[in-house]
Amino acid sequence: MELLDKLAILADAAKYDAACTSSGVDRAGQKGGIGGAVSAGLCHSFAADGRCISLLKVLFTNSCIYDCKYCVNRRSNDTRRTAFTPRELAELTIQFYRRNYIEGLFLSSGIVKSPDYTCEQLIKTLTLLREEYHFFGYIHVKAIPGADDSLIQRLGLLADRMSVNIELPSQQGLQLLAPDKSKLAILHPMGLIQRKVNENSTDLVRYRHAPKFAPAGQSTQMIVGATPDSDYQILNLTQSLYRRFGLKRVFFSAYTPVQSDALLPALDTKPPLLREHRLYQADWLLRFYGFDASELLDERHPNFNPVVDPKCNWALNHMEQFPVEVNTAAYEMLLRVPGIGVKSAQRIVTARRSGSLDFAGLKKIGVVLKRAQYFVTCRGKPVEGLKITPDGAMRALISERSAAMLPQNQAEQLSLFDPPPTREDVIKCLTGQL
Amino acid sequence: MPDRPAVIYRYDGSFDGLLCCVFESYARRETPLDIRPADDPQAVLFPTHEVPTDADHAQRVFASLQKRISSEAQRQVQYAFLSCADDKALLIYRFIRLGLRHGARVMSMLTNDTVCAVDKAVRALLNERHHLLEFLRFSDFKGVLVATIEPKNFVLPLMQEHFCSRFPEERFLIYDKAHGMALIYRPYSAQIFSIEQLELPEADEYELAYRRLWKQYYNSIAIETRYNPRCRMGHMPKRFWGHMTEFEQEQRRLPHTAAGQVLPASETTDLSSPTRIK
Repeated sequence: MELLDKLAILADAAKYDAACTSSGVDRAGQKGGIGGAVSAGLCHSFAADGRCISLLKVLFTNSCIYDCKYCVNRRSNDTRRTAFTPRELAELTIQFYRRNYIEGLFLSSGIVKSPDYTCEQLIKTLTLLREEYHFFGYIHVKAIPGADDSLIQRLGLLADRMSVNIELPSQQGLQLLAPDKSKLAILHPMGLIQRKVNENSTDLVRYRHAPKFAPAGQSTQMIVGATPDSDYQILNLTQSLYRRFGLKRVFFSAYTPVQSDALLPALDTKPPLLREHRLYQADWLLRFYGFDASELLDERHPNFNPVVDPKCNWALNHMEQFPVEVNTAAYEMLLRVPGIGVKSAQRIVTARRSGSLDFAGLKKIGVVLKRAQYFVTCRGKPVEGLKITPDGAMRALISERSAAMLPQNQAEQLSLFDPPPTREDVIKCLTGQL
Repeated sequence: MPDRPAVIYRYDGSFDGLLCCVFESYARRETPLDIRPADDPQAVLFPTHEVPTDADHAQRVFASLQKRISSEAQRQVQYAFLSCADDKALLIYRFIRLGLRHGARVMSMLTNDTVCAVDKAVRALLNERHHLLEFLRFSDFKGVLVATIEPKNFVLPLMQEHFCSRFPEERFLIYDKAHGMALIYRPYSAQIFSIEQLELPEADEYELAYRRLWKQYYNSIAIETRYNPRCRMGHMPKRFWGHMTEFEQEQRRLPHTAAGQVLPASETTDLSSPTRIK
């Protein structure tokens, strides 16, 4: 088979993997070699679906001995099968890398013959890249569940990041849809990687040149919407993965129906993109905004509000903590104001060092007030002339996507006599209505 | 210094020249109304003063930026000079004056018009640099890598370290068409030249094969049910597309190649053209 066809098949088979980041490791190039890495990662392109293309994301082969129902590469699926040779793939990676198309390689694979055999193929490819081509770019590799620990370790010494996909958020889902995989088989390599990364960091303190084990840590991914798990379960699982396994990232992948099966959502089901979006928003809140999963959802509210984002939802339910005074609030509290992100909060903290801020000043330093104005004061005063109407506030707070679903703005008769609605009215309306 | 006559400074357009304007203004105890490069065609009514460039004066001003303000401010000034802000000379001059008066605090005075404008210009510069580190595409011409860019800001000096560190054993050239400059690297030295025009030969079969592979990959990796052109455009503004391999039209007349067969046009899933997607 021509290389072009192989690439088409093996890229297509890998595209449902959400992770494509090249972040977490900073490495300058070295004489005699090629490549380096930037800790923030670089996205070399964006596909037509708006997702970043940072790495050459392919399967080594799309043949598989497993029969996971949600997967295009499952054994019983009638599809064209092919495989790269380690040399082909290494050469392709280098040639793409030289042209600045990619930051490196993201290598995953179907399971051929046995997990051990598959793992050896991956090791062969990465060894070629690292030792023969002297490639110092980014490599993300899937740990193959079920492979021998010593093989996983060798893989980890060649790669920057490793991942084991947790696939489905619950054991029941796994049993139903991926009968060949067990929770244990997935969590075992995850724990192994974590131990190795930790051991390695103490080794590095002792011996500066100790080989690095997956210096960019590990990540995982789960499919959302193939099983009936709630957002609350998913978010709790996410949080414990960050805390217990020290994961760098958890990715969510809205389930896109690829085959029909009685156990799966119907083929014409739209991928739950909004739900995936809300989960990512919440994931950000856990990682960068100091939120705890229990603040965002609980048993009584197990799913995210489709109309407002999780942070705004939290704020509306905790109005007693607002408004926040921009000039005195702690950084952590600024981060909790809807409409103020990490960058804005940092700029506020910087700018107020040299003088007190008013709303004009906020605007000037680039803080967008559309949403934040309902939750902040400057020098003790709210935005001058802020007309808090239920409709206006709601439109400002909800996302643009949901705004399209609301009835169009109607012309409003200004009245001299009706008292303007108070802040409490608006809050009541928002929390009640939403 | 309000009672001095209004004057406009002209400098030679170099960074040193601009620093000399700062020196001159302090030496003559006057505040210029504007600072323009000597080749600026704009006619002015006010008296102008040609500021000669003196390496020693420039060095004194440059050193004082770090000593009397901060090294962050010194870098900010260097970056601002590379930006495409229209009135950057005057902005930088005012920024330095503010800095010399307020010290290191100037970097946090973000509500000041001058500091804010400088900050904005520098952020635009660094953003564009970041975009180009990502979206720049090399082509291989007989072992030499060549890329063309058309940035608004003069980002070339800020790209040098990244690519030189990453490709130590390659020979490469990055041509900035907008500014008529080029970065040329051969192991292990780099230089930035002024260059009028760059004529490139036709790409050979070897290069075309990899371009085709990349386009194939680009189209295969997108999930059709998630087609989202607005999201793509938000992350990757269209002005960069012109020099990106994945958006280049296939040259029809070329024969099929060793690395792979070209699919007939009807079979290629071309997600870049919106008509193919419902």
